[in-house]
This record gives sequence, structure tokens and C-alpha cells, in this order.
Amino acid sequence: MATDTALEHNADVQDGNLWEGAKSPFKASYGKLMMWYFLLSDAFTFAGFLISYGALRFSMPSWPVPDYVFKTAPFGVENAPLIFVTIMTFVLIASSVTMVRAVQEGHRENKNGVVFWLILTIGGGASFLGCQAWEWNNLIGTEGMTVTTNPFSNFDEGGRYLTAEELEAAGLAKVESEVHGTEATYFLKPLAKDLPENRYFVKADHHGHSLAGNEFFAGNHYLITRNHDTHLYENGAYLADDGRIKKEEFGPKAFGALFFFITGFHGFHVFSGVVFLIIIAINVASGLYVKRRNGYEMVEKMGLYWHFVDLVWVFVFLVFYLL
Amino acid sequence: MGHLEYSEAKKVVVKGLFILGVVTIAEVLIALLGNGHIIHGFKMAKIIFYPIMIVLSLYKAYFIVYEFMHMRYEIKGLAMSVLLPTLLLVWAIIAFFQEGNSWEKRREQIQQKNMESAHEVQQSNETGMLDDRTYHMQ
Repeated sequence: MATDTALEHNADVQDGNLWEGAKSPFKASYGKLMMWYFLLSDAFTFAGFLISYGALRFSMPSWPVPDYVFKTAPFGVENAPLIFVTIMTFVLIASSVTMVRAVQEGHRENKNGVVFWLILTIGGGASFLGCQAWEWNNLIGTEGMTVTTNPFSNFDEGGRYLTAEELEAAGLAKVESEVHGTEATYFLKPLAKDLPENRYFVKADHHGHSLAGNEFFAGNHYLITRNHDTHLYENGAYLADDGRIKKEEFGPKAFGALFFFITGFHGFHVFSGVVFLIIIAINVASGLYVKRRNGYEMVEKMGLYWHFVDLVWVFVFLVFYLL
Repeated sequence: MGHLEYSEAKKVVVKGLFILGVVTIAEVLIALLGNGHIIHGFKMAKIIFYPIMIVLSLYKAYFIVYEFMHMRYEIKGLAMSVLLPTLLLVWAIIAFFQEGNSWEKRREQIQQKNMESAHEVQQSNETGMLDDRTYHMQ
């Protein structure tokens, strides 16, 4: 308890009084202890997901590089690797700090202080969710990464993107069709059926600027452009160093599935944490905890959950974005 | 905090924010440096890069659990009953990374064998006979 001195605290432990019955041997209430054990089980769940990410990633010969995949930010920022996710991490750390302050105010039985710091924590959590929503919208809507499709990959050989004239000269058939009200132009190799996996496109970026003629080397990263109007993935055609005409292939499917599932699971925890924090804040404001024997302990238990959410993010951030 | 005065407790919180912030910035800078974004073309060896990142993140985890979640001020028994089971995860990590590695080796082996047998089919189409080794299978 907050009123024990350090000496009394240690004396209890040394005398073995704790296990003689009629009191909690861990000096923690049932609710607090069970919250710890729930967090332990949740840690194992997240560890299972992150370890499966590790196992799948290291079973693949190549994997999208995080600082290439995650280099966009709101307001049109495009070449800022890892900056937006760092901002998200700071927001969550700050919300953890405000939560500690809320718990401290609870120990002082300062009702208004607790509400104030809880509201700041809720704001931090909601901002994090907003940022994560933007990130998902950007990846799914603009860049075309989904649970089943991963347009990010690396070249394992050098080459040069081909222009429309070069493709026609090489004997590929030009197809112009209308998809979703917009003209789509692509090429097919002789005798190939007009299926998405057989289409060769002239490489262009998301803004429509042609990248045909650009050279690249083995190990360079690429993103298969997804056309905003036609919704087609435009696998860019290139002339490889070995003289063959190839097109960009999709990256490992597991990348998209793992990213959305794990960050989604974490985001779900943040969301449920925000909901609970709102409920607890309303309870505090109504004076419910003023008369309780354990005072503001509910705020403390909620604090444990919120810090756990931050802790999981430390490891998700590490595994997905830094390693 | 368990045994601190209010003004001291507030200072610990500010110190905590500062520590976590600095370690996070360090992690991001080292990650960007290791991938060649700060000094163009510089690449850090994985064997140095991975341990540094893991140690920094473990430090953040230790700080959050011990200070923010108050574990430092709890009874040792409670702390151990929560933290010791997580050591099992070390076993899980080693086992599954080894597993992932073995998946890759098996896949390469299968692709290799596929290429060899495609090569053999091609040869047998030309001469009508398969490779000698096939006829002398043990």
C-alpha cells in the first residue's frame, strides 16, 4: 500500500507472514492479480503471432524491406521512411505517460486530476487509432496491398523498364480495353490468353508519370503500381539482364496477411482500451470510486492494460518496421 | 509510485517519457543508418544490427513493466509468477526461427530436384535412356 514504509514492506516478506492465510500473499487484490495474468496470456497470444511472422519471413528467400514499404505520411509526404510510424510510437508512449499521471492522481484521491489525465490518455489512444487507420487506407487504397495481394517486392536481377514502342517491336500484342470507364493499355505475349497474370504493362508510378527506360539492379525494391481508376495491378514489363522480357511479380503473400492481421489485432486492443478508458473516466467523474474501499484501484488496473498495449506496440514496431 | 513523494513521482514520469523517447529515436536512427538512408550505401551487418535493436527494445520493455506498470514495487513472488513464464518464449523463438530456416532449405531442395528431373526428362527425350544413377538406385 502507498502508506507502508519500505521497512515494514520487507519485514512482512522476511517473516513469511504473507503465506499464513487471511491475507493476499502477493499483497495485491484479486482484480489486480487477475489483470496481470490476463496480460500474461495476451502476451503469449501476441508472441505466437510475432513468432509465426518470424518463422514465415525467414523461410522466404526475399521479403519486402520495411523502410521502403512504409515511407509515406499524411499530407502528401512520400519519401520519409519510418517517420510516420515513429510518430505513432511517440503518441502511444505519451499516452502511457499520461496514464501513469492519472494513476498517481488516483493515489492522491484527486478526482479532477484523474479525469483530466484519463482524457489525455483517451485522446492519445484515439490519435493512434486515427494514424493506424490512415496507414491502412494508404496501403489498401493507394498502394494496393491487401490480405491476399502483396505488390511490394525486390528484384533478384538487374534490368530496364521497357517503353510501349519497345514492347511492340519485341512482338507483344497491344490490347486496349475499357475497365471501370477508363482506358487500360497492356501487352500480351504471343498466344497468351488475356488473363491478369499474362498482362505486361508499361511501368508508371501512382501519379501516372511513366518510368519506362529506368534501369535497376539486383536487390532494388519495387512496388507494383495499382491504377486508381481501373483498379488493375500494372505489372511493369522490363528487359532483364539475361535478355528476356519479364514483368514485375508480386511479393510474398504472407506479408500482407501478417501485417494486417497483427496490426489489426493490436489496433483492436487499443480500441477496446479506449472504450474501457472512457467508461472508467465516466465512473471517476461520477464519484463512484470516492467511497470505495480500494479507492481508485480500477484506474490502476486499466493502467496495467494500457501499458501492456504500449508494450506490445514496442515489439510489433520492432519486428515489422525496424528489423 | 509506491514509496515516492508526489513531486518526486511526477519527476520520475517526465524522466520516463524522456528515456523512452530517446531510446525510440535511437532505434529508428540505427534502423535507418543500417539500411543506408543516412550515409548513402552504408549497410550494417545483420549480426550486429539485430542484437542492438533487440537489446534496445528489451530495455524499453523492462522500463515500461518495471516503472510504468509498477512491477518494481510489487512483491517478488508476483513479479516472478508473471515474468518467468515469458522466458518460455525464448525457447519458442529459437525453435520457430530454426523451423522457418528449415522450410527454406527444404523448398530449395525440392526446387533443385525438380530442375534435375526436368533436365533428366530432357536428356531421356534425346537418347531414350535416363541417367545411369536412376537405374542404380539404392
